Amino acid sequence: MRLKEFESKRILQSMGVSLPKGKLVSTPAEARQAAQEIGAPVVLKVQILATGRGKAGGVKFADTPEQAEQVAGQMIGMQIKGYVVEQLLVEEKLDIAQELYLAATFEEATKGRLMMASDAGGMDINEVAEKDPTRINRVHMDSWIDMHPFQAKELAYGLGLSGKVNSAAQSLFLKLWATFVSFDAILAEINPVVVTKDGRVVAADAHIEIEGDSMFRQKDRLAALGILDRDDNAKPPTEFEVEALKIDKADYRGVAGRVVEFPGSLGLMIGAGGGSLTLFDAILRNGGKPANYCEVGGNPPVSKVYRLCKLILQKPGVKGLAVMTNVFSNSRVDTLARGMIKAMLELGIDPATYPITFRSAGAFEEDAYAILRKYGVKYLGRDVNIEDAAKAAVSMMEGL
Amino acid sequence: MAILVDENTKVVVQGITGREATTFTLSMLEYGTPVLAGVTPGKGGQNVYGVPVYNTVKEALAKHPAINTSIVSVPPPLTKDAVMEAVDAGIKFISVFTERVPRIDVCQMIEYAKMHGTRIVGPNSLGMCSPERGKLGAIGGPAEEFKKAYKKGPVAILSRSGGMLTETASLLTINGIGMSTAINIGGDPVIGSTFMELLPLLEEDSETKVVVLFCEPGTSSEERMATWVKEHHFSKPIVAFVTGSFVDNMPGMHFGHAAVIVEGNSGSARGKRAAMREAGIVVVETHDQIAPAVKKALAGVM
Repeated sequence: MRLKEFESKRILQSMGVSLPKGKLVSTPAEARQAAQEIGAPVVLKVQILATGRGKAGGVKFADTPEQAEQVAGQMIGMQIKGYVVEQLLVEEKLDIAQELYLAATFEEATKGRLMMASDAGGMDINEVAEKDPTRINRVHMDSWIDMHPFQAKELAYGLGLSGKVNSAAQSLFLKLWATFVSFDAILAEINPVVVTKDGRVVAADAHIEIEGDSMFRQKDRLAALGILDRDDNAKPPTEFEVEALKIDKADYRGVAGRVVEFPGSLGLMIGAGGGSLTLFDAILRNGGKPANYCEVGGNPPVSKVYRLCKLILQKPGVKGLAVMTNVFSNSRVDTLARGMIKAMLELGIDPATYPITFRSAGAFEEDAYAILRKYGVKYLGRDVNIEDAAKAAVSMMEGL
Repeated sequence: MAILVDENTKVVVQGITGREATTFTLSMLEYGTPVLAGVTPGKGGQNVYGVPVYNTVKEALAKHPAINTSIVSVPPPLTKDAVMEAVDAGIKFISVFTERVPRIDVCQMIEYAKMHGTRIVGPNSLGMCSPERGKLGAIGGPAEEFKKAYKKGPVAILSRSGGMLTETASLLTINGIGMSTAINIGGDPVIGSTFMELLPLLEEDSETKVVVLFCEPGTSSEERMATWVKEHHFSKPIVAFVTGSFVDNMPGMHFGHAAVIVEGNSGSARGKRAAMREAGIVVVETHDQIAPAVKKALAGVM
């Protein structure tokens, strides 16, 4: 679960990390008041779940509370990277002496964790990483042992920090690591860490991502900080996607979800995971126009398949349906057939005349095929490969 | 020969009384794979399809010293501890079925297993098989279904997807090609045995003549494997397919900068194809092309 800046900062604050003075606001009047309390000049930052807001106009400065109100008026309601801005974080404008980059994360290649630090903090850290990777210090951590103070010391001296700033940095590194570990984060990044001209070391911006699979042991702690469990999306979900998510969440058994909306007319009930990816690729490659992506697998009950199928069939513009999966291991083919037929009958659609491409095989395939025959639906089995099944679905839609 | 699963495989199923474990245990027994014992704390003394259940792995091993393989199918919060229990009892090969295990737990259990010389496949692995020798886990479904998709032969399949492992096996079987060993390595970013770590076993396996890889977008595992293949002059032909090309064109969202710094530009389907071709791997564009490509590779080596 990806956290917004103010949520990440709540967590960091609970772990004793120094932050700029700041306040979360949602109206221009609140922004004015916040600027008064904090003391102008201030920075106003949109609170959205996307990186790169600075370059997209989501960070602005104000010299007076009046100006803060005016700027907030422009920012609230604007669209950045697909998100409508609802909240701003108003913070003191820092007197920057130096910007550092700091992150704790996992590394799949070493099957472990690491801490990264650089003296080149700020928006262009990726460019630095590409052009001069030696400017990013990496310390790999043991999976069982927490960060040692000497590792924080090595990092701090490695960044060329000295005196009071060096000590403050060491303390920050240990606190960030503790945050990463104790909140089951898969990313805890502070970029930039600002060293102010008066020698403070503060977390000016932060990105924390809590692992969804750890929510069973983090939910309560996060809720205590006002952070509720939710789903991540690359863009705000559409109404159709929200409905599909509800169907999947309503029953823990199996998956009939992970729906992404597309503008085409071919409704898809595809599975399972790798099978969905492969089928979707094949449909696009052959010129198909899908109405959606989805994943069906892990042995979902008929009720779930039926509800998702009904939603897809009702989507405006859908003129045909492809129910296709790889050869199943742990799902049942008859579940697909039953769910599909039930949805159609309920919507008053005749399965015998509606454009359908059905391709699935595996457990209970004979039951499934018998049901399909009963309702006059043609079907394909394992002897028709995935590529040819996709071609059949695409050609079925021609002229519709 | 085959790898990891053979005629000597003797299994304990941890979490055997769970819904999915019960189902795949039956499919294994029906296929003739010896499941000697199961473990579920508090259910010692019961049995699942005649397989005796014990409270601890050590107890199961004391009664059935021939056990050399464990399948772990317990709830995610308990998975790390179950794996460590098996390692600690002296089991040298563990297949982890459970999905949604926290990443730090996965790293810790892998590190613990490595310290004790135990190999892990998974987590989030549907299982694996060596046709006519045995199968572990849910792969291929019930025994009669399994037999339709998997036949014995000279091709090893390694797949990041469980479902597409059986689809790929089925495609080969329909084309008259059988398998030495087929493994779902697991769909998570951090797993016990990557492509790169399994290839050395396949290099040594005289039964395997050609290797098929089913690849997915995300992580740098294919890229690193390709480099390894090139540097170590892996001698057997590899045919690879990468799914999820459309994901390359989706409006992805980076969160923070760390992922890009750690992984660089790896992860795209396009990049994986290029890296593997550069290493001399035959990369096919569509899944059905795996069959003719394997036939051609087999003709060259047999």
